[in-house]
Amino acid sequence: MTEKASLAFVRDTMLPEQPPPASETGIIKWVRANLFPDVLNSILTIVALYLIIKIVVGAWPWFANGMWATSSLAECREILQGTTGACFSVLTERWNQLLFGFTYPNDQYWRPILAFVLLAFAAAPMLFAMFLPRKLLLFTALYPFIAFWLIWGGTVLTPLFALLGFVAAATVFPRVEKASGFASALGAAVVTAAIVWYVGGLIAGTTPNLIALEPVPSRDMGGFMLNFILGTVCVSLSLPLGILLALGRQSNMPIIKWICVVFIEFIRGVPLITLLFVANVVLAYFLPPGTNFDLILRVIIMITMFSSAYIAEVIRGGLAALPKGQYEAADSLGLDYAQAMRLIIMPQALKISIPGIVNVAVGLFKDTTLVSVISMFDLVGMIRGPILASTEWNGVYWELWGFAILLFFPVCYGISQYSQWLERQLATDHR
Amino acid sequence: MAEAAMKVSNEIAITIEKMNKWYGTFHVLRDIDLTVNRGERIVIAGPSGSGKSTLIRCINALEEHQKGRIEVDGTVLSSDIKNIDKIRSEVGMVFQHFNLFPHLTILENCTLAPIWVRKVPKREAEETAMHFLTKVKIPEQANKYPGQLSGGQQQRVAIARSLCMRPRIMLFDEPTSALDPEMIKEVLDTMVELAEEGMTMLCVTHEMGFAQAVANRVIFMDQGQIVEQNEPKEFFNNPQNERTKLFLSQILGH
Ligand SMILES: Nc1ncnc2c1ncn2[C@@H]1O[C@H](COP(=O)(O)OP(=O)(O)O)[C@@H](O)[C@H]1O
Ligand SMILES: [Mg+2]
Repeated sequence: MTEKASLAFVRDTMLPEQPPPASETGIIKWVRANLFPDVLNSILTIVALYLIIKIVVGAWPWFANGMWATSSLAECREILQGTTGACFSVLTERWNQLLFGFTYPNDQYWRPILAFVLLAFAAAPMLFAMFLPRKLLLFTALYPFIAFWLIWGGTVLTPLFALLGFVAAATVFPRVEKASGFASALGAAVVTAAIVWYVGGLIAGTTPNLIALEPVPSRDMGGFMLNFILGTVCVSLSLPLGILLALGRQSNMPIIKWICVVFIEFIRGVPLITLLFVANVVLAYFLPPGTNFDLILRVIIMITMFSSAYIAEVIRGGLAALPKGQYEAADSLGLDYAQAMRLIIMPQALKISIPGIVNVAVGLFKDTTLVSVISMFDLVGMIRGPILASTEWNGVYWELWGFAILLFFPVCYGISQYSQWLERQLATDHR
Repeated sequence: MAEAAMKVSNEIAITIEKMNKWYGTFHVLRDIDLTVNRGERIVIAGPSGSGKSTLIRCINALEEHQKGRIEVDGTVLSSDIKNIDKIRSEVGMVFQHFNLFPHLTILENCTLAPIWVRKVPKREAEETAMHFLTKVKIPEQANKYPGQLSGGQQQRVAIARSLCMRPRIMLFDEPTSALDPEMIKEVLDTMVELAEEGMTMLCVTHEMGFAQAVANRVIFMDQGQIVEQNEPKEFFNNPQNERTKLFLSQILGH
């Protein structure tokens, strides 16, 4: 062979595709790489396996022998005759109480359930804004009024006039703003809304039965429904309020800045439980006697104030992380303050703040169980109060608290997963 | 070079009279007097910290001046917000670090201000944006994000973004200082083209080649003052002030 011939090469048959060697793919490779890569890890794997098996084997009879249809703990014990076994009957028997509290009228359960289902349709256009048409946000805007009517009932005029007040304010605002500036427009909008609400209140008061659902007073709300209402309402209110507080704290106007700073620092320095006691007891002293300021509303105000202060601080961190050049570029293009904030600054600051905001939101949702200490019967209040105190179910701890975990965990885990997904969606910097 | 197109008109674009600025008690700009005619291309040079950036940032009110008068396009700069927004929409600015909006695509970066400030319909704004992106030679990047582009490309987008507002005056603050050497040329080429079209330009830059090619005046600043100004040929060949001489000897090299 000459030098030239050994360099030249032409392939005449193509090699067939082959599967990789067995030790390099699939389960075997995964097990070796992740469970038994070296001695120490192998020992840890074996110990962990042992513990898992121990727990599963130990807990299995408890689940397997579980009673679902008895009417009291005593009956469970009688049937089990000393063998391990859960008494899940408490869940089946008190199912409605755990979910809706013990005074919500039984034949009206469809209303909160419908509101819950509709929530999915109202939230989707916000949560998945990049995939859904903007028009759907109209339903999101209407949802609070629909949900209020469904859950609290009464005449349809009440939410209708509430909505009308907002619409009237929104129509008045831009007109006045064009003529005489932001401050007077805000004032005019507030006055307009107040007038509509006052007149609407009078009209709704005279015709309480016009297209009415059976009214359910706030004190009849309970169970997981109450946690869910408080969580959803307070999260949706505290996010915009937190944004305003964060912007206010950055403001050039000293009065606005000081109001925001004092509010945020005060709220952060006080335990939520204290605020709830204030809502429950102390607020009543300040209100004129005889006025009946809804307890749920008071609690919503307190929790919202509490979490909005935290969200404001999270967003302030996001704002501080933005380079000054972003403000300057927005200014140099002639965008006004509101446009710069809405289009340039906030989208970026909020993106940075997502993990922190989600932290606050998840914490808020779990903290709604604190209302049980001011004798509201949310899920925890129901379990601790009417259920565990009853003669039938006194002593059923694992089943009830396990159920509470089962309700809270998926919601909180879902929020956390959503936020991580959202962060990936919004990542535009390092693709 | 199209000399005819580079004619300077007698119309006045910017007047600055006895303008002073302080940062706290630090006197950054001292008695600045400057008149810029429409179509004029001015290069501002000077050592770091001499107040070049501050000067051009006062022109579109990114910085506030405390004494003296600035008139841009017949509008006197006052603290009135309406006034400031009007001037800013007439005056384009290009920054050293591009300052593109990282959460928006290149196209959205270019259409945002026309849509929201000029109230141009979206379709029309997109056509204008594509026109200027073609002009700076990166129409194919329109749907990417700033983070996916090279520095030179980003700076050209920043120029296109400003041009989409159809400004009558362009301010440049060291537009090539943050770029790798091989990218400086592509940005300077874009700026030269702009100059040839008769844009009124104020450029803070140390690219003396650019100054010699397109400027009709070079201004030298030191310690917050205009120390010397002249047409480029005279400025480079026959500097008068000692500071100018020192600066030129340092920057033009040995
Ligand atoms: N925001 C500010 N606050 C205080 N001093 C500043 C500020 N910006 C710039 N300076 C000072 O003003 C002087 C001029 O700055 P600058 O205009 O950026 O100079 P140049 O662009 O010529 O390098 C420098 O001494 C700088 O330290
Ligand atoms: Mg500078």
